[in-house]
Amino acid sequence: MKQTEPLIWDYSRRGRSATSVPALDVPEEVIPGDLARPESGEGSLRLPEVSELDLVRHFTRLSQLNFSIDTQFYPLGSCTMKYNPKVNETVAAIEGFGASHPLAPENAVQGSLQVIWELQDALCAIGGFAGVSLQPAAGAHGELAGVLMIRAYHHARGDRNRTRMLIPDSAHGTNPASVAMAGFEAVQIPSDQSGNVDLAALRALCDDRIAGLMITNPNTLGLFEAHIKEVVAAVHDCGGLVYGDGANLNAILGVLRPGDIGIDVMHFNLHKTFSTPHGGGGPGSGPVGAAQPLLPYLPGPVVAKTSTGYSLVEPQNSIGPMKAFFGNFGMILRALTYIRMHGADGLREVAENAVLNANYLKHLLADVFPARYRRSCMHEFVVSGHIGEGVETMDVAKRLLDYGFHAPTVYFPLIVKDAMMIEPTETESRETLEAFAAALHEIAREAHEHPETLHEAPVTTPVSRVDEVRAAKAPVLRYCPEDT
Amino acid sequence: MSYIPNTVDDRAVMLSALGLSDVRELFDIIPSSARYPRLQLPPPLSELEALEKFALDAAKNRNSASGPCFAGGGAYDHFIPAVVPYLASRGEFATSYTPYQPEVSQGTLQSMFEYQSMVADLLGMEVVNASHYDGATALAEAVLMSLRVARSNRQRVVCSASVHPMYHKVMQTYVQGMDGITIDFVGDQTAAAGSAMELAAKADEKTACVVIPYPDFFGRIPDLSGVAEAVHAKGALLVIQVNPIMLGAFRSPGSYGADIVVAEGQPLGIPLSFGGPYLGIFACRESLVRRMPGRLVGESVDRQGRRSYVLTLSTREQHIRREKATSNICTNQGLMALRAAIYLAALGRQGLKRVAELCYSRAHYAARRIAEIPGYAVPVLPSGRFFNEFLVRTPRPAAEIIEQLQSENILPGIDMSRFFPDRKNELLVCVTEKQDRQRIDALVSALANAAGRVNS
Amino acid sequence: MNFDETVRYMKSHEWIRKDGNLMITGISDYAQDSLGDVVFVELPEIGATFKKGDAFGVVESVKAASDVFMPQSGEIVEVNTQLDDNPALVNESPFGEGWLIKFRPTAPEEWSELMEMVAYKKYTEELEE
Repeated sequence: MKQTEPLIWDYSRRGRSATSVPALDVPEEVIPGDLARPESGEGSLRLPEVSELDLVRHFTRLSQLNFSIDTQFYPLGSCTMKYNPKVNETVAAIEGFGASHPLAPENAVQGSLQVIWELQDALCAIGGFAGVSLQPAAGAHGELAGVLMIRAYHHARGDRNRTRMLIPDSAHGTNPASVAMAGFEAVQIPSDQSGNVDLAALRALCDDRIAGLMITNPNTLGLFEAHIKEVVAAVHDCGGLVYGDGANLNAILGVLRPGDIGIDVMHFNLHKTFSTPHGGGGPGSGPVGAAQPLLPYLPGPVVAKTSTGYSLVEPQNSIGPMKAFFGNFGMILRALTYIRMHGADGLREVAENAVLNANYLKHLLADVFPARYRRSCMHEFVVSGHIGEGVETMDVAKRLLDYGFHAPTVYFPLIVKDAMMIEPTETESRETLEAFAAALHEIAREAHEHPETLHEAPVTTPVSRVDEVRAAKAPVLRYCPEDT
Repeated sequence: MSYIPNTVDDRAVMLSALGLSDVRELFDIIPSSARYPRLQLPPPLSELEALEKFALDAAKNRNSASGPCFAGGGAYDHFIPAVVPYLASRGEFATSYTPYQPEVSQGTLQSMFEYQSMVADLLGMEVVNASHYDGATALAEAVLMSLRVARSNRQRVVCSASVHPMYHKVMQTYVQGMDGITIDFVGDQTAAAGSAMELAAKADEKTACVVIPYPDFFGRIPDLSGVAEAVHAKGALLVIQVNPIMLGAFRSPGSYGADIVVAEGQPLGIPLSFGGPYLGIFACRESLVRRMPGRLVGESVDRQGRRSYVLTLSTREQHIRREKATSNICTNQGLMALRAAIYLAALGRQGLKRVAELCYSRAHYAARRIAEIPGYAVPVLPSGRFFNEFLVRTPRPAAEIIEQLQSENILPGIDMSRFFPDRKNELLVCVTEKQDRQRIDALVSALANAAGRVNS
Repeated sequence: MNFDETVRYMKSHEWIRKDGNLMITGISDYAQDSLGDVVFVELPEIGATFKKGDAFGVVESVKAASDVFMPQSGEIVEVNTQLDDNPALVNESPFGEGWLIKFRPTAPEEWSELMEMVAYKKYTEELEE
């Protein structure tokens, strides 16, 4: 069983050092007394002083306490935990890219500008959009941009009456949160028995107060909206626009371009669909693609290709920048590498295999964890984890950790009770899927024969069932080193 | 290139189990008129070809890897110790997800807890979150948080005009959806040092927060004594935006009474990388923690009493609170925060202090030498206080000087007309610990030579 | 599941009891059971005024944050400061020591619009189906 690891301060001793700083080679400029940080006592700096060896051991051992894609199957629904190719890392580390300053003159950074332009162009091709901005740093960031673009569009036409945004009840929490940040009222639409947006309910809500609809397709249930054309038409007919949450794009790469079915603006998740690594929570990248009417409102600057090279330009009526500079360039580079190495056919095969893997796994689990919705799923599917008296979804999730698998997404989407959302991705082999299914069969048996095994799980991990109530009631959010 | 392990045989077995003959049957639900478009993308590259292509592209970036970089402006060329990329690139860190299952994420959770702790110490603040996208969005979120804390009777923000111009714009982007919010940019963008007390005096009973940079976009260090008291007397919050390297040797914003502190953390072990990914640092007083956006890692115990780390106070966040969340942020800049933690631990209190002192002394040396060149002026000298960036008035447009110095592989700074169209003869110069005396002297010679030409 | 028969209820699971010329409000046993362990309670300022149906505060557990709504219009006279240090009182004694606010009702006739215990109990049973 793995041990836990002390805090970095446990390795700290006065005078230890893990780096070397060059000596002063110019006259010393003394920092004025009123500005200088005290050497000791209140206000002094108390960063740890460690040796390089202890630093390396500490963080290496910490890393070994993690599950990761490089070590375990990670079937988190809606996260698309596909393999992160290592060539992407090699490209991102090329010094000519890593050392390029964002405010160097344009003629000195044509390589970086070209990379941005090429990915803009590739995402237009993949999504069926007229233009793309790579500036947003994450999916939620792209959502905020898209919703602000819709707002700007209506306001530019003198229409300030559209204060409501429609959001399905299956939506990811970032959708209503983004809508609220943009000053809209989030209005929920129910899902029907088949897991689609309730078309009648939608139509009843479509009027001249609706700015638009935010829709994820395939949705968070892993299902393709059966009436997507009617849904889009209903919103367009009342003068609203349609925002596409592209989190589940992995299912339709090369099979469908969202722009072709009327999506007006959509964010891509480079850290999901396009293989950039999740990094324990980030960084990601959330580029936003726009159909012609919304093109002028894209967050800027974007890169344009001219006869003399590549250049930064501001979209005509840009909503403004979403962050400083041009986007998470390091992730842009990785995603472009991925797309260039796949080509059109390669991307389509990604979608086909992602969907095939999900349906196969769903089939393997049908007798113990039947899918909530019977019809073919796309790249993910939802089951209930409540498989026995006194056995909760959380217990199944924790027991899976003992079998060496990361748990699927649990308790989301909110509209399925005790949900477990499973997304294998295309980069997992048939053997892995079968091993995962075998583990779940074993867990189902344990649930019936001796459920206490699940209640006690996980037992093979460094810690087990962390007290979250205590963490929230009396939060301890930092370590305060002793003042020596 | 394909990362798909399943072979034709594997697929045949799987399709057969599903009672299908062709994988395309799984896509029957896609509207037929839109199904299977031909994507307009170049043919696929092998790994070797991809590396060759990107090497060629990178080579089109002139000067990036070859010569000294005296440009700052929110992106800084600091030295990154070898341990930082070595440790942060471990697959267990880089390819793991948000730590929603704490039992298998103690590596991520504990390293984030250590990050929160070290940055809290650096900033002199009580609580630090697990990161925002960058310094600009962290500042925008600080403004939103202040408005939230103040509730609807305070809708005004007073912000120094010498905050980074891109950060101004991002703040405006973030509040455009909220009717009734005004951001007043107040103060002096010219070389004369601005007064933080004058800024604080602009706050009134309708002000939610006052935003002060420390140092500002032009490198100047304001006098912050008494500012917190003045701002608090008006019932507003004090938001200070900082340079984290500077705090190795300079007083912390917490010691000045800040309520919220934000920063761009890129100087802490993160490469320039043409503007991203960077690191948004966000800190606040403990009394405000439940209004704070972003993820938080807390300490607790597990069922057997073992010390454990876990994401906490999650009810602030979007996945629970949805439209009432403190922010829509989900994915953050976690791996960059890890780099910053490793960097801070590698430097330690002494190392960071020495880096700050090197930047400070070398920048002042450079400023003095440049001020002596005929035709050049450094307005902040002699008595203005600055950290490691300063404005230089140039005898010819800064753009021409930059162009000329490219042939010597030197990037001398940032042309200010890029942000302020009328200010064509101003260059913002930054000196870090990477630019030694020799390189500074070479910059001075090159600038002197560049002054002489009348026609370019 | 406990149902206090001396109080009246809202569909949003707040209860309300007369206390002299004031009213006391808290959340029902059903509500605290759904929320789980309460970790934090956000209460209004003394003197604040609300209309019936306005959100006056928030009750937070680890996994949820629920707004709590005024069962009648009124002005806040007292809040349960014990909950600062011991939010678990809401779970342990939802109708007793876990009370949230005391207020002076500004429209006493609103009392008649509220559900009595039997109706509320039936309502919670329907929710469970």
